[in-house]
Order: sequence, then C-alpha cells, then structure tokens
Amino acid sequence: MDLRFTPEEEVFRQEVRDFLRDHLPERLSRKVKHDLTLTKADLEEWHAILHARGWLASHWPEAHGGPGWTVVQRAIFEDEAARAHAPRIVPFGVGMLGPVLIKYGSEEQKRDILPRILDGRDWWCQGYSEPGAGSDLANLKTSAVRDGDHYVVNGQKTWTTLGQFANRIFCLVRTDPAAKAQEGISFLLIDMDTPGIEVRPIVLLDGEAEVNEVFFTDVRVPVANLVGEENKGWTYAKYLLTYERTNIAGVGSSMAAFDRLRSIAGKLTRGGRPLTDDPLFAARMARVEIDLANMATTNMRVIAAAAGGGAPGAESSMLKIKGTEIRQAITALTRRAYGPYAQPFMPEALEDGYNGEPIGPEDAVAAAPAYFNNRKLSIFGGSNEVQKNIISKMIVRL
Amino acid sequence: MDFHHSEDRQMLGDTLRRYLAGKAPIETRNKVAYGDTGYSPDVWHGLAELGVIGALFGEEAGGFGGGGFDIMVVFHEIGRALAVEPFLGALMAGHALAAAGRTDAIEGIVAGTTIAAFAHAEPQDRAPGDPLATRARRDGDGWTIDGAKAVVAHGEAADLLLVSAQTDVGVALFLVPRDAAGLAVRGYANIDGGRSAEVTLRGVAVPATALVTQDAADPIAAAEAAGLLALCAEALGAMEIARDQTVDYVRTRKQFGVPIGKFQALQHRIATVLLEIEQARSAVINAADAFGTDAAPRALAAAKYTIGATGQLVAEEAIQLHGGIGMTWELPLSHYAKRITMIDGQLGDQDQHLQRYIALGRAGVAA
Repeated sequence: MDLRFTPEEEVFRQEVRDFLRDHLPERLSRKVKHDLTLTKADLEEWHAILHARGWLASHWPEAHGGPGWTVVQRAIFEDEAARAHAPRIVPFGVGMLGPVLIKYGSEEQKRDILPRILDGRDWWCQGYSEPGAGSDLANLKTSAVRDGDHYVVNGQKTWTTLGQFANRIFCLVRTDPAAKAQEGISFLLIDMDTPGIEVRPIVLLDGEAEVNEVFFTDVRVPVANLVGEENKGWTYAKYLLTYERTNIAGVGSSMAAFDRLRSIAGKLTRGGRPLTDDPLFAARMARVEIDLANMATTNMRVIAAAAGGGAPGAESSMLKIKGTEIRQAITALTRRAYGPYAQPFMPEALEDGYNGEPIGPEDAVAAAPAYFNNRKLSIFGGSNEVQKNIISKMIVRL
Repeated sequence: MDFHHSEDRQMLGDTLRRYLAGKAPIETRNKVAYGDTGYSPDVWHGLAELGVIGALFGEEAGGFGGGGFDIMVVFHEIGRALAVEPFLGALMAGHALAAAGRTDAIEGIVAGTTIAAFAHAEPQDRAPGDPLATRARRDGDGWTIDGAKAVVAHGEAADLLLVSAQTDVGVALFLVPRDAAGLAVRGYANIDGGRSAEVTLRGVAVPATALVTQDAADPIAAAEAAGLLALCAEALGAMEIARDQTVDYVRTRKQFGVPIGKFQALQHRIATVLLEIEQARSAVINAADAFGTDAAPRALAAAKYTIGATGQLVAEEAIQLHGGIGMTWELPLSHYAKRITMIDGQLGDQDQHLQRYIALGRAGVAA
C-alpha cells in the first residue's frame, strides 16, 4: 500500500495551488468561505477564469476542450479548489449535459453546443424532477408530442436549480405514453425564451430562491433538439447521473468547512472557555473530524480503483451518503456554535455590498441559512434512502 | 497511490488464510478457544513455522516485517478466522523489547518457542501519569516485584511475562518467567474465546538481567501502538465475516413468504453496516500507514475509536438481523459478534480513544 501521490502528481498539485493563488479572486473566495450569496456574475467570472486556463471541463476529452487530466488529477484539482474556497463549477452544462452530448449527441450538437458551454454563452439548467417524479424519476409526465418538425411540450418541471439564470434547459420528456415507465422517455434541449415557458421561483427555508418551477404550455421545440434517439432518454439520463456523482463525497469542501468550524469554535466561548475546550462540543467535533479523515481515504480508494479501470458501483452511493452526512454534521455544529445568535434572519447581510451593523459574532448570520440550505444534500442527487436501496440491490442482490 | 498490499504481504495473508481455514475452522476453533488451554499449540507452532510471527518484527529484531501493513495483514486474517493463539502478547512484548534494545530476548518469541504475555494493565484505575500500583525495588543485585496485573491475555500459557512496575525513578519493565516464585496466575476463560489471567506478584525476586529498562515510557508506547493497530485490524477482519454471514442470511432466510432481505427496513440497516465497515477499513489503513511516524498516536486513537463505535454497530446489527438464531452459541456469527464487541474494551475503548484524539489535537500532534 502507498497512500502518497506520485512526484508528478505533487507537481501538478503545486501547479493548481499556484494557479488558485494567482487567479482566484479574493472577493469570490471570501464569499464562499463565509457562506455569502454568489451572484450569477460571480459564478460566470469563475467559469471564465477556469476556461481561460483550459481547466473548466476537467473530465471532457481534450478534443472537446478538456485538459486531458487523469482521474487522480481531477481529484487533486477538486480538492485544492475546494480548500481554496473557490466557487463551485455550476454542474449543469459542464458536468451533466456536456458528457451526455459527447457520448450521445449528434456531431452538429457537439459542434454547436459544447463551445457555448465552455465560453459561458449558454447557461443550462436541468429539467428532470416533477411534482410527481422525485426519487421515482421515471414516473415523469411532461409530454412531448411530435407535430411536423417540432415536438409540442406540455407539463411542469420543478426543483430547477438556478433556472432563473439559464437560457437553456435539458429536459426528460415522455414521448411514448404507452411504453413502460423508463422506455417512453426522450432527452430534449429547449431554449428558455421559447413561447409557453414560465419560470416561477421557489423560496426555500433559508429565504433564498435557488430553485424554480418551470411550466411548459404548448412549447414548440425543433426535432433537431432531440439528443440521441427518441424514447432512449432514460439511458442518457442514467449516464448523466453517474457524472452527477463524481466528487460526490466532497472531501475538499468538507475539510475546508471543518477547518472553518474549528477556527470559529476556537474563538467563540461558552461558560467562559472556548467551545473547543467544551468536552461535549469537542467530542462532537472530533467524531466528525475522524469520520472525515476516514472518508478521505475511502474516497481515495475509490479514485485509485477508478484510475485502475474499475467502475464504481455501490461505492458511489456510500460516498454520497457519508459525504452528505459529514457535511451536514459540520454545518449543524457551525450553527450550534453561534448559540442564540444563529437566530437573527438577515438575508441582506449575505448579499454583496452590505455595510450594515452586524448582529452578534462575525458570520453568525450566515450559519443557520447554510445549515438549512444543506439539508438538501441528503435529498437531491438520489436521496440517501435511495442510495441505501442501491447499495442493498448491489450487495444483497434480492 | 496504491491500495493493494505488496505481493509479499498478499502472499502472507493468503497463506495464513488457507492455513487457518484448514487447521482451525470455526467448530475446531470454538473447541479450542473455549477449552482448557484456550489456544492450539499445534496451530501456534504451525503459524510460527510459516513465519507469521517473524512478519510482525523488523530485521533488527530477527523478523522480516514489522511495519504497519505487516501487522495489519496478519491480524486481519486472525480476525477473519477468530484465531485465539497468543499473537497479541508476542507482538506487544516483542515491540516493547525491540524499542528497549533487548533484541536478545525476542529470538524465542519470533521462533514461537517462547510464549510471551504483556503484563502492564492493572486492576485499579489510575489517572494518566500516576504511578503504577505494582512496585519494584532493588534487592541486592536484583529486584523484588510486588503488585497485580489485570486481564493478561494468555497469562497462564505464557512462558515469559513482560511486567511493568514502578521504581523510584520511573516505570520499568521486567522479564519474569512464568514459574518465578511468588508469581500467581489465576486463569479464566473469556466470553469471546481464548483465556486471560489475573497475575499477582508477591515478593517476586528477579536477577538484574531481568530488568529490560528503567525508562519504559517509549517501549510501553511502542507495545501499545502495535497492539492497537493489531486489534483494529483483527476487528476489521471479524467484521467482514460478520457482514458476509449476515448478508447470506438475509438472502436465504424466509419469513412472510419472502427472503427477509427483501424488506427495506433491513436493507437500509445492512447498507449502513456496509458503508461503516468501509470507513473502518479506511481508519485501519490510515493507522497502518502512520505506524512508526509522528502521526501514529493520533491515527491510532482515531482508528480505535472508529473500530469501537463501528464494531458495536456491526455486532449488534448482525445479531438483530439474524433474529433468534443470532443469539445462539451454535451459530458462528455469535462468536464473531462477541469478539468484535470485546475488542472495544481492550487497550482503551471508543470513549477513551476519542478523548485521547482530542487531547493529542490540542497538544498540536499531527493528524
């Protein structure tokens, strides 16, 4: 066994660090570190910086503008970027649609769409979930009926993350209502400015409208916007979900969040001593820290197996569950650290340019929104219960 | 990065697995483990001849291994087979002797001809840094030792006990033969198999050569580090078998007309067990990797905490998922569950190691 990276990989890590030091704007990393709200312009700025370096689409083939990294290099980049408090790469275009088009799209689609993802002309959102199709995604009802050179789309998508920023949406639609659930689904690309589309924000429990409902009423979509074959969309969707699960453990960002928790707990006192000296709080922190150190190695084991050509099976689900549990535990402890000062609700204080008088300790006002927002982690991307079903299906095989 | 054991270590592990499967299948193991001697001399000597003990020590101590991953491979197999032979005593006594520079005393241990026991823990609780209740005082050229040692693994079978005792200048270690006058050993069976003993020393006189060191802090730490890693790896091996047997059981046991593994309430519990075992494996890998470095104390504390907490989960869930049959002596699983559970209490339980982890962190020790 050898848990160390190769000298070449360490050189690469240094290259990533140097890049982040020189090119990650402090304005952005400060926002990420302090759980402040990132604007559309913030996210686009970071994409543009990465694109200029050729590092935006880290898992695309070089022919399509990827950097040609190994699995290990990708992991190193994700780890370093998270530890430097870089904004996340918005996954919908780069992480989800891109790989599907590269594998299943027409030459024309690849030529037209991929460059627009990279240079930021297009902001994609994901039209998967519906009010009646969450974990049971194959139950989706949004219909697409062929009419000459167009599909006519009717229905409703929901939980569309950052749909308010998007100019395009990739959708799963039902093209054969008579087929079995998974078999009548197609993968359709739709311009958000097509007549008949309405986006309504959903305000979440932290007061933010990160997600949306998207309504489709007689929306006419050119047949050329179909990806792959009609009624084969489920295959593409499943392929996309495997991409949604890369870096699912979020080790780097949890480590950054834990370091910040440790620093907060070292400054805040309770009963006259720092929280880090409170035996119960210290024990809660230590349990999470150990779980995280264990997961870092579990994650590297999965990456090493993938680098050796193995396809992750139940391991992806394990990392999803454990990674989200750990992240939620960290945000819960951060919220608890502030005691009653987690209660004041001041969304405006999380926005750019807020200059008001703070209430309570520094950053207290961000702790509860971050905690509540992160409850999503165990729900989306296949709820943790669905992940347990998957693990059981693969191991118990019944 | 490479998470495979080296070829040599894989071969050692495979050899050990085959040998134990042939010589000590669970029925044979149980007969021996709960029998009068608490281990099989035949299996012990067989494994010594295969070089299993030698793998636990470095070349300077007459072995050919001694690294963290060597210890991990050996005790992982010991855990999978629930082997009860006195490896832990050999490992801990040997590593203490090696750390004290007394390699001359290790030869018999590595060869398997000397069964060694590490006699450090005492019946009375004491605060860290407080003196041991067992005292040694100079007596002419030699020493006289008085005191008591608690739950000494294979204390009866041991030819040689490595006994810690307080002197006027600190903690010392002595080599005490099992047949020394004044040494009383009250042996007993353990609930998870094997035998341990309460050891009483009343005016035990030993010659000057019996003194290993008068400054035993580092040798004791070396013994405990090796012992902790061994117990963690042993628990990991036992947890794997408990997991496999439980998965097999829920696939075949039928109630309400279907295999009980069809029930989601059980599936989710199994999924949790599976993923926590993988986390525990990572903890053992981290500890084995850190073994012998400055990071070892904290990685070992993290691993023993993890193994304790996960072991309790795995043992309790394995019994629960088996239902009534999981309560029976007849079922191999129940013996795995007992061993996994009892490991938590050896060399400090999950709470003690969590506190140790926190204290080391405060002291700025690397993770």
